[in-house]
Amino acid sequence: MSRVSRRTLFGAGIGAVGVGAGLGIAGAEAVGHDGAPAAAGSRTYPFHGDHQAGIVTPAQDRLHFAAFDVTTDSREELVALLKAWTEAAARMTQGRSAGPVGPTEGDYDLPPDDTGEAIGLPASGLTITFGFGPTLFRSEDGTDRFGLAGKQPAALAPLPHFPGDDLDPARSDGDLCVQACADDPQVAVHAIRNLARIGFGTVAVRWSQLGFGRTSSTSTSQQTPRNLFGFKDGTANVKAEERRALDAHVWVADGDDRAGDWMVGGSYLTARRVNMTVEVWDRQPLGDQEKFIGRTKAEGAPLSGGGEFHRPDFTMKGDGGPIIPTDSHVSVVHPDHNGGVRMLRRGYNFVDGTDALGGLNAGLFFLAFVRDPRTHFIPVQNSMAHNDAMMEYLKFTGSALFAVPPGTRPGEHVGQALFA
Amino acid sequence: MTRTRTLTLTALVAVSLLASACTDNSGGASGDGDDRTLAVTSTDDGCDVSSTEAPSGTLTFKVENAGSKVTEFYLLDQDGLRIVGEVENIGPGLTRNLVVTAPTGKYVTACKPGMKGTGIRADFQVEDSGKALAVSADDAALVEQASRNYAAYVQDQSAQLLAGTRAFVDAYESGDDDRARALYASTRVHWERIETVAESFGNLDPEMDLREADLEPGQKWTGWHRLEKDLWPPAPYDALRPKQRTTYAEDLLANTEELDSRVQDMTFGVDAIANGSRGLLEEVATGKVTGEEEFWSHTDLWDFQANVDGARVGFEGVRPVLEGNDKELAATLDRRFDELQTLLDQHRRGDGFVSYDELSDAEVKELADAVNALSEPLSRLTAAVVA
Repeated sequence: MSRVSRRTLFGAGIGAVGVGAGLGIAGAEAVGHDGAPAAAGSRTYPFHGDHQAGIVTPAQDRLHFAAFDVTTDSREELVALLKAWTEAAARMTQGRSAGPVGPTEGDYDLPPDDTGEAIGLPASGLTITFGFGPTLFRSEDGTDRFGLAGKQPAALAPLPHFPGDDLDPARSDGDLCVQACADDPQVAVHAIRNLARIGFGTVAVRWSQLGFGRTSSTSTSQQTPRNLFGFKDGTANVKAEERRALDAHVWVADGDDRAGDWMVGGSYLTARRVNMTVEVWDRQPLGDQEKFIGRTKAEGAPLSGGGEFHRPDFTMKGDGGPIIPTDSHVSVVHPDHNGGVRMLRRGYNFVDGTDALGGLNAGLFFLAFVRDPRTHFIPVQNSMAHNDAMMEYLKFTGSALFAVPPGTRPGEHVGQALFA
Repeated sequence: MTRTRTLTLTALVAVSLLASACTDNSGGASGDGDDRTLAVTSTDDGCDVSSTEAPSGTLTFKVENAGSKVTEFYLLDQDGLRIVGEVENIGPGLTRNLVVTAPTGKYVTACKPGMKGTGIRADFQVEDSGKALAVSADDAALVEQASRNYAAYVQDQSAQLLAGTRAFVDAYESGDDDRARALYASTRVHWERIETVAESFGNLDPEMDLREADLEPGQKWTGWHRLEKDLWPPAPYDALRPKQRTTYAEDLLANTEELDSRVQDMTFGVDAIANGSRGLLEEVATGKVTGEEEFWSHTDLWDFQANVDGARVGFEGVRPVLEGNDKELAATLDRRFDELQTLLDQHRRGDGFVSYDELSDAEVKELADAVNALSEPLSRLTAAVVA
């Protein structure tokens, strides 16, 4: 019996293939057959490669992110799940069904091996990125759960408490994570839903987060989007085209950590749920808003002048101090003031309805990939918590750190080197 | 009590389960052109089968209903009586597949447009391909045994439910509320163990087990939960007067007697038993693990255990058939049932369980995870036992 992919069902089976595939660069910009950028929706990114897709991949518009607790004590079952997840992810990212049979083609007496809400939808640029949390290696009481404790990188220690943290344990941490990004929210949700289903009995969803709009660009081909403060966000992000910067700031290199050899080519993902008190923010005068951020609201240009991508001049004098205030967000988190470290940010705006007082439960689901959180994230977050004027309008309600292993080759499962 | 789903447990002729037939629904998929795939076109007055013969092995009949009436397709033994495989309820314009393992021999094909009469029949020949797969007589015995055992289990639970309900009703009507409260949960376990069977009788289930939250405007509230609220009254609350007590209690008893008389003639195919097992776990997932079932008494864990008991009995009943078809699934289900039971056992107190409202959020989550872990493989049980 022929197996029908989602895209061929849809009748739009001309999936564009990433030009980077042959080079093993996951996440290269997809092009159509005529070499022009493929239409949104028909984008397909290769699953296999040196690095996992979903990091330097041009940030898609929608996110569904899930953290899981491992409920089994069996290392074998855990590895079997990672194999099953890898196969399903390889299929779904290519616009196919989660299982080999498909949502409508199976035995009438069996539940389908795909849940079906993506029937007729193209791959939509779906990427699925897996990570391992500190508690996979050692439980909170120090137990070596799966014989992995000796392979826990020093960089993968639980994040410290930061000023401004009001963390909800039900929105924090996790043994495993899956980041699903796509240009269609239904495709991203379909991916998480089917992976969670495959995982029942081995893992249980601990928390999950939807993001409805990207807040960073990870490629120079993309426009800088706006966060819920209404400002352009992530102008100075590390971009896919900056190979040297990626090696310096994003990818784990050989020799970084003896225990973490299996992480070479991977990256560390910090996930922070940042609630914004948008109603209070919206009452701030435009001039004050720009001083908090350090950029103009319209263009996103630094207050020291020029266009969006001009270098901010922190020495330029203004009336009563630097024209870019020292407590502005741009100044506080700029690499010049943080030992030169940069992050690859990949966050998403979220609105989870309203709170009990009628305020939006909204903010930024911050996602950043770095080579080492001890040098590239923790100091910057501390600096922000202490010095950033924007903190007045932020509350950190969730937090997690994951080791994102390198990419897989066909036949391998994600994290194979860790379990070798 | 479930609001939307009614399981049909009409007795299936056991012999049809022996035929290793199953229906799949890959209606739109193209045929792969091999001679074990046959196209059937059923019209209001015709039954066109693309070939009158096929090699032995697993055959796929792609049955397209090109007529205007709902149709059925059968592969019958040459006697024209024994059903080897069937696919029912094919609406006009739809295609359904019948996948059937057919040993060498003579058969009869039949379309039944309008679902009436003997159908439009034709002879059909399965040639020996060296791949013949006969259904063993052992399987037939296993299926029959499973059916007998399960029917006996249902009758036994029903009898205990009736006896318990009588005692409960006596205590309640006489105003001995302490005794009624003590009997409430321990009697209801017999209901919960066979809940999916009771649900197959459309009127009995809502009359006996409706929750207040599920009432429609104007609907009269009767049954167990009406009495539950009266025994564990919220404040403020207008208690039922003695006469009302008698009315509601006698109504419950009469329905229980009705249920008991109806289950005496029920028979169960292995698919019905397997579906019932799955259905009981769904009851746990939607009502018990959330604490919605016993809103006033908080005795949800008793019901939880009883649903699991009933699901396990169903699973154990079809296990001999399952062992032959999918050993791995049997082992997984064993382990997952054990894991869930271990968790439940942590909440035992005396003869029963702690009150649901004493569970912490983390304990509820842990139970819910274990229910999910069991329910996912359990959803594959029916297909595995009819395979």
